[in-house]
Amino acid sequence: MSQYIEMIRVRFLMMLAYRTNYYSGILIYSINIGAYYFLWTAIYGGQEEIQGLSVLQMTTYVAVAWMARAFYFNNIDREIANEIKDGKVAIEMIRPYNYLGMKTMQGLGEGIFRLLFFSVPGMVIVALIFPITFSASLTTWVLFFISLVFSFIVNTQINLLTGIMTFFLFNNSGLIRAKRVVIDLFSGLLLPISFYPLWAQSVMMYLPFQAISYIPSMIFTEGFVGSEIYTAVLLQAVWALILLIPIQLLWSLAKKQLIVQGG
Amino acid sequence: MFYISIFFQYASQYLKTRLTYRVDTIVEIFSDLLFQAVNLIFILVVFGHTTFLSGWNREEIIFIYGFFLVPYALFTSFFNIWDFNERYIVKGEMDRVLTRPIHSLFQIIMERMELESLFGVITGVAIMFYAGSILGLTFAWYDLFIFIAMVIGGAFIYAGIFISLASIGFWSDSRTDIMPMMYNIGNYGRYPVDIYHNVIRFVLTWILPFAFVGVYPAAYFLQREEWYWYAFLTPVMGLIFLSLSVFLWNAGVKKYRGAGN
Repeated sequence: MSQYIEMIRVRFLMMLAYRTNYYSGILIYSINIGAYYFLWTAIYGGQEEIQGLSVLQMTTYVAVAWMARAFYFNNIDREIANEIKDGKVAIEMIRPYNYLGMKTMQGLGEGIFRLLFFSVPGMVIVALIFPITFSASLTTWVLFFISLVFSFIVNTQINLLTGIMTFFLFNNSGLIRAKRVVIDLFSGLLLPISFYPLWAQSVMMYLPFQAISYIPSMIFTEGFVGSEIYTAVLLQAVWALILLIPIQLLWSLAKKQLIVQGG
Repeated sequence: MFYISIFFQYASQYLKTRLTYRVDTIVEIFSDLLFQAVNLIFILVVFGHTTFLSGWNREEIIFIYGFFLVPYALFTSFFNIWDFNERYIVKGEMDRVLTRPIHSLFQIIMERMELESLFGVITGVAIMFYAGSILGLTFAWYDLFIFIAMVIGGAFIYAGIFISLASIGFWSDSRTDIMPMMYNIGNYGRYPVDIYHNVIRFVLTWILPFAFVGVYPAAYFLQREEWYWYAFLTPVMGLIFLSLSVFLWNAGVKKYRGAGN
């Protein structure tokens, strides 16, 4: 266990060494949220609310969705793909830890760093400029953070799956890109799922992607109320468990047919 | 002339690598199509809840998007330098590039080109024709040349912005992670800029001029005369931004010291 915590620490420190440019990131981020805010104001026109969300809630939704993304987002799929291509993965596999667990921990270290040095200061600045509503209730915050942890888990699991696919495809930059696009759209980062036509919503109900962005953002903006929140978090937990199965299956298959292409 | 023959040599090598990993190439083209569809879906979903976006209707916004795809396709085919810092500076690859007798930027562009992204040109033109036919737009013969000039101008603007960002890597080798967000800001140039606050409008016009890769040039074809002045500025802005970025790049290369072994 201790070696995994050490991994989180090492990755965190690695990111910390390169922290200066994160402040320029916050500026760009504010422009981004700002443009989104005006775009949505224009879309709302005179309407009070669309699908139960007011303009104010919508702005908050967008701001928090991008902030949450800084936490759950990582490039471990690309890292795994590169390690497989370089042949480094062979060395990684004889080391006394679980390779996938290790990658997850590195992703977590990165996520914690961005949460503290990017999301929190960024959110404060954005909240000063734009009208964003923060919930006063402690339970909302606690549930938001629980659901944020799950969104990290589900997103990382999907990344691991994409990364492992390199064992079979040898070069999967296309798949990595497709995955990113699908997640942006189906996770609710660009648009809340409730905005989609009903048939599309019912399809997305059966996909794991909404667990990544839609659920934590809706909890934060209080778009979900009462038992809806608990069902949503439960749904995230169920997906986190279900996704373990394909990962284990593919991983044991992959170990058997590893071809080191270089090294 | 020498540069042109180098280009063809790189292109033929590129096609060979693409044909080695065929499944990946197909997935990549598919993922491009998916990416283009995502933004179209965004517009369609949004217009499911409203009929006008500050006086512009759905087909006009779709037309702007179709136009945007063409310069964007040229940009993504040739200027994949978003990971320049990690790939070339941190790993020391830049040293290898600098030992060769071709301009370093040209070499990196050649090494990182992704010709399959050119499919975006077809999608873009198809979307423009679809939206244009619903809107009943008419085109004159010279519009084709104006279109080409504006597309090149737009691609140059994108290239200029991203080359400048990549050049920052010469002065500071820290990771910025602003590239993905920059791609996102590019999306805002596709909506009528008068919906934004003046500050953002100013940024999108003069500082990160993404509006010239979307709404301004498309306004010409949509016959929105109030934007003509901006529309014709597109190629000029493209040249200015590309020259500035190349200047910045050259200054950066002089400053470059290498990153260890």
